[in-house]
Amino acid sequence: MNNTSANKVDHDTNDQIDFVKVEQSPKFKKLMRDRKRFIVPLTIFFLVFYFLLPILTSYTTFLNTPVIGDISWVWLFAFSQFVMTWVLCTLYVRKATSFDKQADEIIDEQLGKGGKS
Amino acid sequence: MNTTVVVLFLAIVILTLIITYFAAKHTQTTGDFYTAGGELKGWQNGIAIAGDYLSAASFLGIAGAIALYGFDGFFYSIGFLIAYLVVLFLVAEPLRNLGKYTLADMLKARFDATKVRGAAALSTITIVLFYMIAQLVGAGALIQLLFDIPYWIAVLIVGVMMTVYVLFGGMIATSWVQIVKAILLMAGMVIISFLVLLNFNFDIMYMFNEVKSVTSHGADYLKPGLKYTEPLGTISLMIALVLGTAGLPHILMRFFTVKDAKSARSSVITATWVIGIFYVLTLFLGFGAAAFVGEANILAANPGGNMAAPLLAKAIGGEILFAFISAVAFATILAVVAGLVLSGASAFAHDLYGQIIKKGKATDKQQMLAARYASLAVSILAILLALFAQYLNVAFLVSLAFCIAASANLPVILYTVYWKKFNTAGAVTSMLTGLFSALILVSLSPSVFSPVEGAALFVGEPIFPLANPALVSVPLGFLGGYLGTIFSKETNSRRYAKVKVKANTGYREKES
Repeated sequence: MNNTSANKVDHDTNDQIDFVKVEQSPKFKKLMRDRKRFIVPLTIFFLVFYFLLPILTSYTTFLNTPVIGDISWVWLFAFSQFVMTWVLCTLYVRKATSFDKQADEIIDEQLGKGGKS
Repeated sequence: MNTTVVVLFLAIVILTLIITYFAAKHTQTTGDFYTAGGELKGWQNGIAIAGDYLSAASFLGIAGAIALYGFDGFFYSIGFLIAYLVVLFLVAEPLRNLGKYTLADMLKARFDATKVRGAAALSTITIVLFYMIAQLVGAGALIQLLFDIPYWIAVLIVGVMMTVYVLFGGMIATSWVQIVKAILLMAGMVIISFLVLLNFNFDIMYMFNEVKSVTSHGADYLKPGLKYTEPLGTISLMIALVLGTAGLPHILMRFFTVKDAKSARSSVITATWVIGIFYVLTLFLGFGAAAFVGEANILAANPGGNMAAPLLAKAIGGEILFAFISAVAFATILAVVAGLVLSGASAFAHDLYGQIIKKGKATDKQQMLAARYASLAVSILAILLALFAQYLNVAFLVSLAFCIAASANLPVILYTVYWKKFNTAGAVTSMLTGLFSALILVSLSPSVFSPVEGAALFVGEPIFPLANPALVSVPLGFLGGYLGTIFSKETNSRRYAKVKVKANTGYREKES
């Protein structure tokens, strides 16, 4: 665990592990690229989708159009936010398994079994 | 007050005390006290997160808001839920990978400066206090209504109970109280929702049709705009809701109770399902209360709508369901305040005392003692403040806590994990700008100044127009961090390489 004793000012240069080297390694770079490619677009998507609801209800009224009986678009939009949350969660878990695998490879190959001790 | 209520109420109290008794036996180290020894399973922690999160404000407040304002009451539910995507995608795993007990511990992976830790402790304590006063005032009002006892006795009952859990059982007891409470709460929600649907013949169309005609709002009840009429105010509130969760100290702390990032992730997933289902069910509670209790009765019991859910339970399930829901509401408040005490105490004892005053040299025994004193101090302070704050509007305190969390804590977490140039000066300016801009803007806002007497703390024209200032203070928190960073020469790119590798792979050095 990286508790208080583990890292002091600039002592990282004393580490047996060169984290800069790990950071620059092709495998780590690929992990970062894969993570970014997954997380950035989806984060932008859910934030836009989320803020679209208050923006549309504040500045327009077309969401009040009924769809089925008394249920209007605004309710469907609101429920789609719930569905989106669950779908994105599930997607993330699936994807994270492959990130875990990449991370474990990096730890095994480049970080060894515990750096300082 | 009737016998069923008293019996169920006592049953809950006894059950939680038994949990505390067993937890106390297992609470030996500081790690046990703060984070249950990091040994909770992902799903357990997930349910506990849900337990921490589904406060009385969610349970009673949202059901009431939907009952009174229809669609607009539902806005909170959406924001509170989507917030977990921010937590899952951006915060949970790096936090677990870098930290030990508190937010300040996680920042420590990158910055050594005492002032970073101090600033983090300051924002944590501020958020916890606001959130706690809100919960305790709400609890006092609710228990006063349910059991027909004076407000101050109600606050004292809750205050003493939560202190007992935290003081003796620490995080282990708190977690289990939360798990039990979350399960009881969900059971209560499902039963009421089922009965509401039964009364609507399991016909959703009929339900929508019916609520359209029962309230004074008529067809507008099903449209947005009854409560939130001001576009920028609505958007500002939505920002605080969605970004605040990822900065709430008692939620952040829960990620340190699991053993690795994988469990942190699985706890967010469980929490998201439980919380999502809960918020869908709030709709049935709200609509049910509007249809079967009626607007006038809800308002007569409590102008904030907080009694909508218990009254609905009484209307469709009789005294027993009413007693059950009241007992669950009580357990809910207890569990949430216990979680808050713990996160406040960790900021005091671990960050301020252990790391700043004792410079990390306190023994485990000293730390443990400090943690217990700090819990006691936080509890007493919160109880005293709650006794004086009886007539404060609690909704604004909760949204203020979310706003500070979003403005002061979230920017620094994101910058620490994702921005190479970020440095000590940036971290401190980011937290302080976020914290103080939120506090100052709120003190100038319509929540504090209102021309209508009794609507806010003071009579007068508000200088700042938004009740919740997140729209301004969150960007200020980010801007503060950016400017602080570029105006200071310090860089820590080697250190960042280490943080980046650790945050993204979950690599940990062996304890030396």
